[in-house]
Amino acid sequence: MTTTTDIQDNRPRISPEPAKGGLSSRALPRWSPIGFAVVAIALGVGISLAAGWHSRIQWGLISALLFLALSYVATTVVENQRQAKDRLATSIVWVCFLVAVVPLASLLWTTIVRGSERLDGYFLTHSMAGVLGPEHSGGVYHALIGTLEQVGIATVIAAPLGLLTAVYLVEYGKGALAKAVTFFVDVMTGIPSIVAGLFILSIMLMAGIEPSGLMGALALTILMIPVVVRSTEEMLKLVPNELREASLALGIPKWRTILKVVLPTAIGGITTGVMLAIARIAGETAPIMLLVFGSQLINGNPFEGAQSSLPFYIYEQYKVGEVASYDRAWAAALVLIAFVMILNLVARGIARWKAPKTGR
Amino acid sequence: MASTTPLDVPPAPPETRSRPKSTGRAGDKVFLGLSRGSGILLLVIMASIAVFLSYRAYLALSENEGNFFSTFDWNPAGDPPVFGIAVLLFGTVISSIIAMVIAVPIAVGIALFISHYAPRKLAAPLAYVIDLLAAVPSIVYGIWGALVLVPYLEGLNLWLDQFFGWTYFFEKTEIGAARSLFTVGILLAIMILPIVTSVSREVFLQVPKMNEEAALALGATRWEVIRLSVLPFGRSGIISASMLGLGRALGETMAVATVLSPSFLISLHVLNPGGGTFAQNIAAKFGEANPLGRDALIASGLVLFILTLLVNGAARLIIARRKEYSGANA
Repeated sequence: MTTTTDIQDNRPRISPEPAKGGLSSRALPRWSPIGFAVVAIALGVGISLAAGWHSRIQWGLISALLFLALSYVATTVVENQRQAKDRLATSIVWVCFLVAVVPLASLLWTTIVRGSERLDGYFLTHSMAGVLGPEHSGGVYHALIGTLEQVGIATVIAAPLGLLTAVYLVEYGKGALAKAVTFFVDVMTGIPSIVAGLFILSIMLMAGIEPSGLMGALALTILMIPVVVRSTEEMLKLVPNELREASLALGIPKWRTILKVVLPTAIGGITTGVMLAIARIAGETAPIMLLVFGSQLINGNPFEGAQSSLPFYIYEQYKVGEVASYDRAWAAALVLIAFVMILNLVARGIARWKAPKTGR
Repeated sequence: MASTTPLDVPPAPPETRSRPKSTGRAGDKVFLGLSRGSGILLLVIMASIAVFLSYRAYLALSENEGNFFSTFDWNPAGDPPVFGIAVLLFGTVISSIIAMVIAVPIAVGIALFISHYAPRKLAAPLAYVIDLLAAVPSIVYGIWGALVLVPYLEGLNLWLDQFFGWTYFFEKTEIGAARSLFTVGILLAIMILPIVTSVSREVFLQVPKMNEEAALALGATRWEVIRLSVLPFGRSGIISASMLGLGRALGETMAVATVLSPSFLISLHVLNPGGGTFAQNIAAKFGEANPLGRDALIASGLVLFILTLLVNGAARLIIARRKEYSGANA
């Protein structure tokens, strides 16, 4: 007798509480992890207060360790060693996740609270011209202009180059050249931003070019291309081959098939990839510091003279080290994070909205 | 949809020059040339990064009076000019190792949490939260690290010194804020967490379901399933994910430049303020550098470039090898 079992749901159905052996074996109640957590946190806070530690990090660590120990011992006593190990692993995995969320929450919270103190219309529309470090005025306008122009130029260069490279890899790529390009795109993703900055710097030193927004944009281009290639490649691979074949069968040349059929089908994902790449390079500081030099004044011309940029502005204000400049740094950080997060959210929204219909 | 343009329309489409009865061969050639050209341009950029950096580094090294690899000093403006990367290499490696030791176990835990433990409906949003960590610009991590994390870590540092001072590493011999390689390591760990998590998660989701179900059928607990089938399958994936994270940690600039208080000393007391990394040194010394100083910084950048190239290349090779192997299994 042959029966073919077709498993539709690939994920094994693990009941939240694994089988507890026989009917006669004892088991902890379902709410026990929460109970352990409450007891552990209470004990942790108590011990920390008694010992007079100020750092909340210690409080958290003590509570986490107590939680792990408590659940392990209790399960060993009531159930058995294997169940205890299983529960320990579950607890560790939960603790890992919480440990990762704490810094993110702290970072976002601090930035929003500290940043909103200084962030207003004045801050967004004034530059730092003639403002001294300790003064509670000045703004971020010149840096906004710098960031928008540099990122804009980088996108104009990097997006078509990345797109074409991805098209080459997916539609034409065979043989050694395609393999080399694929490998080096991967490696290029890992180039530190400061090295990209040094590369442009060495060209500038040899050609005797002065620092300008354009030079910074070129370094950003190097950082942006691999990201665009990688995401576009993934998207083009999702386009069903039937569409290409249908178009080619009608006698359409390959390049028009790519332009009119393949790219429009994947355009949502490609846009998402480009926007995520923009979000990534908008936060780069190091190349700007080496190549654009930074300026307190409004310079709308990216091709000549020093400019500023948002991330560089944050660094500059942090280095001044005054209360007022820290406030400016946090406010600029809030602007930058808002810019990046909005790009991220919109990009993911577009991806969901325009997701290629792969059939089925 | 404009996807099917009739071929016999007399006015040629704007992309092509007027060419009656074109079969599109010329267009194909142009398009192939363009796309292949941009692929080649990428290779040219990579090659020229290596060439240009090497040339400037050569200029700097020929004027260096000290030994580039063993001098504990960075003074290219001096007479004679002396600079060496010993301290930078040490600081870069130590802070990255600390970051890896903290980040990799936690990242594997989070990846397991998302792939096997989290309630199913929550898995995707949780993965997104972790990805958000990657979207935060490094300079924001930098000021958060310097203004929020450093004060909070002082208590932990005293604690480590008190209870683990005997390990030598955690002995704090100098008084000062926690602007140490250890703090840098913690900050780098937070920053590389998302990439290590997302790569490991992908691998854990690829584990053949039959293996897991077989283990469950034999009565294994969830942890035993993970230990017997998920982790052995995912080992090479975890290794390559860690190396990608290592590549990030090695080259991180702004977070280190804001947090660390640099000095040109090598000390294994990681809680002491001081030390330096390649990227941090470039950021800190660039403003005041003379022409030779800039070339010297470019030389140190070249070492960093080679270091990250090796680490990333190795990680990618491991991933590529695994793909072929797992393809046969699927």
